[in-house]
Amino acid sequence: MFLILTWATIISLIIMTYVLLDGFDLGVGILFPWIKQSEFRDIMMSTVVPVWDGNETWLVFGAAALYAAFPTAYGILLPTLYMPIMILLIALIFRGVAFEFRFKAHKSQFIWDIAFAAGSILAAFIQGIILGTFVKGYGTHLPLSHSAYHWFTPFTIFTGVAVVCGYALLGATWLIIKTDGFLQEKMFKASKVLLPLVAFFLVSVSIWTPIVEPQVMHRWFSLPNFYYLSPLPIITILIVFYNFYCLQKKKERLPFILTIGLFVFSYIGFCISAWPYIIPHVLPVWEAAAPPSTLKFILVGAAIILPILFIYTLYSYHVFRGKVKTIIHY
Amino acid sequence: MIIDTTLLSRIQFGFTIGFHILFPTLNIGLAVFLSIMEGIWLKTGNPVYLRICQFWTKIFALTFGMGVVSGIVLAYELGTNFGPFISTAGGVIGALFVYEVLSAFFLEAGFLGVMLFGWDKVGPRLHYLATLLVTLGTLFSALGILSANSWMQTPAGFHIDAGKYIVDSWWAVVFNPSAITRFLHMVMASLLTTCFAIAGVSAWYLLKKRDLDIAKPCFSFVFAAALVIAPVQILLGDMVGLKVFEYQPLKTAAIEANWKTQKGAPLILFAIPNSKQEKNYYEISIPKLASLINTHHWNGKLIGLKSVPRTERPVVGATFWMFRVMVGIGFLFLFIALFAQWQRWRGKLYNSDRLYRLCILIAPLGFLSTIAGWITAESGRQPWIVYNLINISQGASIVPLHQVIISLALLVIVYGIIFSFYLFYLFKLIRKGPTSPAPNESVADVITETPFKYLAPEGK
Repeated sequence: MFLILTWATIISLIIMTYVLLDGFDLGVGILFPWIKQSEFRDIMMSTVVPVWDGNETWLVFGAAALYAAFPTAYGILLPTLYMPIMILLIALIFRGVAFEFRFKAHKSQFIWDIAFAAGSILAAFIQGIILGTFVKGYGTHLPLSHSAYHWFTPFTIFTGVAVVCGYALLGATWLIIKTDGFLQEKMFKASKVLLPLVAFFLVSVSIWTPIVEPQVMHRWFSLPNFYYLSPLPIITILIVFYNFYCLQKKKERLPFILTIGLFVFSYIGFCISAWPYIIPHVLPVWEAAAPPSTLKFILVGAAIILPILFIYTLYSYHVFRGKVKTIIHY
Repeated sequence: MIIDTTLLSRIQFGFTIGFHILFPTLNIGLAVFLSIMEGIWLKTGNPVYLRICQFWTKIFALTFGMGVVSGIVLAYELGTNFGPFISTAGGVIGALFVYEVLSAFFLEAGFLGVMLFGWDKVGPRLHYLATLLVTLGTLFSALGILSANSWMQTPAGFHIDAGKYIVDSWWAVVFNPSAITRFLHMVMASLLTTCFAIAGVSAWYLLKKRDLDIAKPCFSFVFAAALVIAPVQILLGDMVGLKVFEYQPLKTAAIEANWKTQKGAPLILFAIPNSKQEKNYYEISIPKLASLINTHHWNGKLIGLKSVPRTERPVVGATFWMFRVMVGIGFLFLFIALFAQWQRWRGKLYNSDRLYRLCILIAPLGFLSTIAGWITAESGRQPWIVYNLINISQGASIVPLHQVIISLALLVIVYGIIFSFYLFYLFKLIRKGPTSPAPNESVADVITETPFKYLAPEGK
């Protein structure tokens, strides 16, 4: 049980790390269409050039860890999300090569601009779709019954748009730190539009889910859970207001940090709603877990490498701190 | 053959993994090559070797980026297309992938940046350490993958409890019966492929009479290396063949297109195997040789395909032909290496335009041979995902057919596009050639012109 809990925690952390890290660099791509000038686009891209592929590696690691630690869940869940995952992968490939080729291209630069923006928006949207499908659930028993396009419903489109806005907010507040002048000004404005939007989506999903899912309702609104859990939404609401205040006051660093806080608290809320299920209402973590021998074996590697990775990631962000004023040139 | 989801899933996985393997194949070889060249540079201080390293590092970086991009897809495809397989055996195979990702991750995060962009930032010894660690990382990654695939061929070290695979000994899983020989066979394939890729590029410079100071030592070195590697690879191939015969006799039967169980089976040089009629057309064969090769006895007994029902037989045509492509190219490489050595003895290594042209022509063949080898191994494993334990039909996901058609079509188009761009930039790098040492240009400036520069942790 200890091993299973450890791995559930590790995988939650990996997913959250991925969402935060790739979230802001996808966000930069999402904001691309609103900045027309090529020189500012260069700068926007340059702020994430050194880090984006490291960020994306967490996605691969998440997959590998998930199917080693919870193979049953991985094997059942992924086929049901076939199309969204394939589209996500293709969007990420296009976006990845856009980084590569945009700075090399001259006449064809607009193609890579489109690839970068469209790839980022599509990837974020699909991640939201997957989130929505997961929240919506699969009924109550195995084998899962679902139609071929069960992932494409008004609710999942709603969560898809929500994630696009959320990542855009992460990207905009990231750019506030990394840029100045005109571009920074633009990003302050964008953030002030995006933050209320994100708040709206969060509130809507938070109200909608407990109404539809009695289990979620019970988790949050039964006593004594209510007392323990109520600080969470309260803190989240406070973060939103404080974030808006910081944007008004033109603080540079706090909006990004507060947006990360917003994501973390929403994510914790999501985990509380979902616990202990790895496939909602169908498969709890302990039924999906790999045998102890496997969990032990991979824990050795994770215990050695993950701390190094976290430190290294922090270090590389430290190396790249400061404003980006010129293009990181190829 | 019926077109169903399972078949398309297999085609899709084969296509994406075949595409992916091209890049690691070159990179494992290049990493070893760079380690040697940088070592020579450190030892001798001859600036030519530094320039060789810098030039080939650019190609290494470009290729590494492609490997990363195409690798992401595979981890997810295992779940999307082969979900039930992961559900049952994920506890074994997943752990091997975790270690593979961790080592690749670690290498990428830590040392690749130093290797690619650290020429100016760290001392030569530390830089060499980074190069060696990256090389070690690529080899470790390859071991993870080969170990996982070999476990699917020759599973060991586990017991099955209530349909789940529970590992008793990780040592037995990682070093399952065929893992080490197949790992070495793949590493040697990488080295040999890289030798001939480098030979091709160098030959092009020699033919154009440019960058001779770089081209000549490379050309000379890879042929000396190939002279050792090619025979070793053939020996390893034989060892792999013995393992196949021991653990997967039906794969051997498919490789030899051998329908009935017989002693002293002939080696078929050419045939068109027909699975429906269970026989070969237009067969040209050498008596008893197949038995000698597979059992090391003239009258060794080979099990025939007809000894099992049709549904348990591997894909004969693909296995038979791809095996011949692989072996044919291997021997071709050996003969060319011998020929080059003969030229060297006669002092004519550098004045044979014909040898240069030949080298350019065959430069991509190593990749073809590697792919052919993998097709042999994988179609010969059919109809099993995990040999004799999980049938392909139990392991494939149930997904609407049209969704797999759409994803396969999209992947073919997207990979076609990005591969074209890869080749475009690869040839551009080759045409541009190794930069001549300009007095004001620092080493890092030269290197930072490479694509995939963003891999640099301290890029500018």
